[in-house]
Formats: sequence, C-alpha cells, structure tokens
Amino acid sequence: MVSPTVFRFLRAAALAASLLPVAAGANEGMRLQPAPINSQDLASLQNGAKLFVNYCLNCHSAGYMRFNRLRDIGLSEAQIRDNLIFTGVKVGELMQVAMDKKDAKAWFGAPPPDLTVITRSRSSAAGSGTDWVYNYLRGFYRDESRPTGWNNLVFENVGMPHVLWQLSGQNTLEKKEFERHEEAEAAYIAAKTLSRLDEVTMAGKDGKMSTHYVLNSIVPGTGTLTTGDYDRAVIDLVNYLNYMAEPARLQRRQIGIYALLLLGVLFLFAFGLKKSFWKDVH
Amino acid sequence: MAAAEKQPVTVTFAGPLNGVASGLLTWVDQRFPLMSSWRDHLSEYYAPKNFNFWYYFGSLAMFVLVLQIATGIFLTMNYKPDAANAFASVEYIMRDVWGGWFIRYMHSTGASAFFICVYLHMFRGLMYGSYRKPRELIWIFGMLIYLCLMAEAFFGYLLPWGQMSYWGAQVIVNLFGSVPFIGPDLSEWIRGDYVVSDATLNRFFAFHVIAVPLVLLGLVAAHILALHEVGSNNPDGVEIKAKKDANGRPLDGIPFHPYYTVKDTLGVVVFLIVFSIVMFFLPEGGGYFLEYNNFIPADPLKTPPHIAPVWYFTPFYSILRAVPPMFGSQFPGVIAMGVSTLIFFLLPWLDRSPVKSIRYKGPFFRGALAAFVVVFLILGYLGTEPTNVWGQFGSWLSNADRATVVARFCTAIYFLFFLLMPWYSKIDKCKPEPERVTW
Repeated sequence: MVSPTVFRFLRAAALAASLLPVAAGANEGMRLQPAPINSQDLASLQNGAKLFVNYCLNCHSAGYMRFNRLRDIGLSEAQIRDNLIFTGVKVGELMQVAMDKKDAKAWFGAPPPDLTVITRSRSSAAGSGTDWVYNYLRGFYRDESRPTGWNNLVFENVGMPHVLWQLSGQNTLEKKEFERHEEAEAAYIAAKTLSRLDEVTMAGKDGKMSTHYVLNSIVPGTGTLTTGDYDRAVIDLVNYLNYMAEPARLQRRQIGIYALLLLGVLFLFAFGLKKSFWKDVH
Repeated sequence: MAAAEKQPVTVTFAGPLNGVASGLLTWVDQRFPLMSSWRDHLSEYYAPKNFNFWYYFGSLAMFVLVLQIATGIFLTMNYKPDAANAFASVEYIMRDVWGGWFIRYMHSTGASAFFICVYLHMFRGLMYGSYRKPRELIWIFGMLIYLCLMAEAFFGYLLPWGQMSYWGAQVIVNLFGSVPFIGPDLSEWIRGDYVVSDATLNRFFAFHVIAVPLVLLGLVAAHILALHEVGSNNPDGVEIKAKKDANGRPLDGIPFHPYYTVKDTLGVVVFLIVFSIVMFFLPEGGGYFLEYNNFIPADPLKTPPHIAPVWYFTPFYSILRAVPPMFGSQFPGVIAMGVSTLIFFLLPWLDRSPVKSIRYKGPFFRGALAAFVVVFLILGYLGTEPTNVWGQFGSWLSNADRATVVARFCTAIYFLFFLLMPWYSKIDKCKPEPERVTW
C-alpha cells in the first residue's frame, strides 16, 4: 500500500541516516550474565519465596505485595501463614518490615530499598533487572576496607553486607592485570567465575597517560552450599523477585494470546467487509 | 417553524420495526439536525478514493484518544493524586484492582501509540501538502491539538510519581525559570511550591484529567469540522471538487460511509493487533514506553545520574541541549526548543511550491524532507542518551562531545528545513500535477 514514491523517499532517508557516524559507547560497564530463570517453575518460585522471607524481608520491605497473593505460585493461605509469615500479620496484609528508616540510614548509609519492583527498576540497556540481581547476589566478596567487610563486583561500595554469606562462603576477589586489550578480553571470556573487566587510564611518573586492563574475578569461598547450588538458590530467589515485580505477568501473556487470536478473526471479517464494499470503487 | 417542514425519515432496515423506527427518527430529526449531520459528515461526505496507507493515522489517533479517555476514567477510580500515596496506588492498580494491569498498560502504551499516530499523521501532511490552501486552518487546529497532547503527556507523566516522573517534571518546570526577570517566580507559580511537590502533583492531576482533555476534544471537533468544510486532500494533492458529475458529486470522491468507515475499521483492527503485541508482551517498550527508573518512587533528595524525557519529547529536548548557554543563561536553548515546535504553524505560508504532493515536487523539496526526517530521528535518539554517548572528539575540536556536535548540526538542518523552504520550494523543478487522482 506504500506508494513507490514514498518507498523511494524512505529508502533515501534510511541511506542518509546510515552515512552518519555511529560511534560505539566508550563506557562498557559490567557485562551481566543472563539469569536462567523459568517463571513457570512453581518449585523454584516457592523456594525463592522461602529465601526471600528468610533473608531479605528483614531489612527490605516489599510494601506493595500482599502475602496471600502467593497463592499464585501454588501455596494455600494456611501454608503461607504457617511457613512464610514470622511476624504474626494477617495473610492479606502487605510485606512490610519493622526496621526504622532513620536507623537503617545510620547503619547502612541509606535505607534498604523496597524490593517489590526491584527487578523492573534495575533494568537497563545492559540487561534485565532480573539479570542484574542475579549477578549482584553472586558478586559479593570480602573487602576489609569497607565498613561491613563486604564489597560487590556489580555495585561497587554498596552499603549492603553479604546476607547470604553462610550459603556461599566468604568469597574473595582476584585481580589480574593486562597490558593489551585482546589478552584481557580473552581472559575475561575464559573466566570461570563472575568477573568484571576494567579499563584503567592513569598518568605515569613521566606524566604520560597509559592504559591497562584489570580483570576482577570472584574466588569462591566454602559455604554450606556448593557454588553450583548457591547459584541455583540465587536463580530461585531472582525468579521469585521477577514474579513479585509483576504478579500478573503470566496472566498478561496468556490473555494476550487469546486477544491476538480474537483480533485475528476480527481481521478476517474486517478485511472481507472492506473488500466487498470496495468492489464497486475498483 | 422550519423544522416542521422537514421530510419524515423513512427507515427500511429494521424489518417489522420500520414504522416505529421511522417515527422515532422523524421525531428526533424535527428537533435536532440528525439526518443532515449524518449526510454532511458521513453518507454524503465525499472523500478522495485514492487514500493510501498514510491516511489511516487520523482515524487511529482519534481511536487512541477515545481509548485514553476510557482507560483514564477507570484509572482515576483507584489512583490517588497524593505525593505520599501516588506511587503505591499505581502498584495497587497493577496488583489488587481486578483487571487493573490491563487498564494501566492500555493507558501507558496508548500514550506512546498516540504520539506514533500523530507523528505519522503529521508526516502525511508534510508529504502530501495537506497544510496548503485552503486547509491552513485544519493544520493550525492540528498543531494546537499536538501542543495540547504534549501538555497532556507532560502532566500525565508526573502522576506515577516515580523518579523519572519527578525529575522530568523538575527539569521542564525549571526551563521556565530561565525566562529573564520573571523566570524564578514563574516556575514557582507553576509548581505551587519551591520544588515539585504534592501541590504540583495535585494541579497536574487536575490539568491531566479535566482541563487539557476538554480543550483537546474541542480542538478535535474543530479540526474535523474544518476538514469537512473544505474536503480532504489526497496523495496526489489535486482538488477532487474541481471535477464533478451532473449531480455535483466529485468524480474521484466516494462517500465516507460506508467506504472509509469499513476501511478505517480494518485499520483499527490492524492497529489493535500491533498495540496488543506491545501491551501484552512488551509493555515497557524496551524502557522507552515505561522508563525503568520510574519504578523507583520519587525521591526529592536523590537526583538520577541521567534524566531523559519520554521518547516523544526527545527531538525537542535534544535541540534544547544543543544550544549553548549565552550570557550565562539557558534561555536561548529554551527559545530554540519552543520555536522548534511552534514553527510548524507557519508551514502553510512557507511552502511556495506550485504543487502540493511530494509525488510531483522536485528533488529540492524531497531532499529537504528526507533530511528533516533523518535529523528528527537522530535528535530523537540523542535526546534519550547522555551527551557523552558517542564519546569525544580529539583536541582539534577541544574534546567536544561528539553527540553534542551532531545535535547542533542536526538542529541547524532542522531549522533550515523551515527557514529555506520559501526559497527551495519555489525554485524546485516540479512535475505537472495530473488532472484527476491516480491510483
């Protein structure tokens, strides 16, 4: 239906656009490993919910999420009340915490953010928010220079300590320096644990600027879980966070398919109607 | 009593109820211009028969307007325009209100869909010269609709009370602060406070749900009445009213109803398919329709590192950033941004081409329009990114941000498209227009 003139015009416009210089971004940031979650896996979501109420829901609230909404992931109200609520609140109430915001600021430097929609707010061009949390929770390492004794590969100098340390063990950080970018890149790709590649530009003694590359890699400690099991626990937890950020997601996609099928049928009727009316114009 | 002299209405499609229906319609028609309106605007409004793809977007924009008003009414039932509750009430709609997510995504996707339709509708006007005499007033009403739509979107974007809502509003309101002499007082007057606050949220809510929609609806009515007064343009840019048959009907015209009502229905269904794909499967639109930062509640003490307006404002935001401050004031940039939207009003008088449609215009106009589209898209992209997105030039250009230099270049082209139009459209080598529409 697009006329040839318009088509030629658009082609010329596209060509002109392609001639303009498009430079690559200089700031690469952390390349996030994608979180291998399955949002239909109820066992994973339930384990994630268990981890969430045990480890997160002490400092972090999920203030827009009701406990009884967890019926979505295959739990009964009795199961939720008996296993997931420790504070005696009613099952229809929101996931609030008792920690005072002022205290929290004094203890951690900033009050712990509400986690209801954290996987949505942490999304960026680098990856989904779920990917971000998946990397973040595996990125903690021992750093004596920090007040909490912990630092993080994904979120540098974060105020939060490593709450899951008993599961993962006390990870440490290993730094390797490289002169050439290709070598550093090759080592980054070959790295077996979560890593971040930094480009460091600094002035030498003679005042000349020089660039080298630092590969920061996590060295796993010994915890109650093996590294593989810890990663699986984090996958369950981020799967749950991803669910909690938008409980209607699965329903939305399901209804979406029905809506498209319905519109497909409607399209056939609308198309037939148009064709038959326009017969006498053509 | 002129009304009593009207012919009775005869209904033939209601079967056994023909008599009752005829009586009822006759009763109404003698008291209200029912049949004449039906004829003037639908069954005997003659539209050119050669409308193409681009002519769907007017009716689609109107469809989205209805969608926005309908979903907006339902959102208002559960939304709380209160700085302490606004963010939570949106999440309440998303979780606890039955079907709330459906209504909210329809409204948030609809906002972007509205601008997509309106931009394509305006581009159609640019291509086929729909703003040319005698349709100047249609174009002016259309531009007023566009300005209202921008205001509507701006006020509405504050309501979810996320970080981007808050800081976006802060940045835009601060623009008024750069007006010489009265600036600071003006921006304070707009906000109703020293910073964007509960007072601002309340008044923006009032503008978003009552004031601007009222004006918008009135302008849409005026836009359509003006269109039906002079008749529609078409891809050939020739007047169909110039060639009429013995009954005074345009030879190349067809009644709007049923031909274009069924065609536009098809357009609406196809639109709904695309709309549903976004709404049900990609409601965040890759962070362009719902910005990620907006899932963090507004925090007046924490400025986000990168503030970008929603995608439909970014070409103008780029122009604002491209103009350097002069005499220590951002005002010139603000003026440039304002002029970049208002300059569209002048199009009917800037275009001196002997033909209306791009089909018969010469290489100058075609090249200029192509360049305009390209710079509009580049400016739009750059507006979503920080100015260092493409890195810096070397010391030969005093390490200037590449993106800023490109934005300045594009801003110049943007304005030259309009300012040089009287010249290049006049000297352009146009092809002769056909006598009748081609198709």
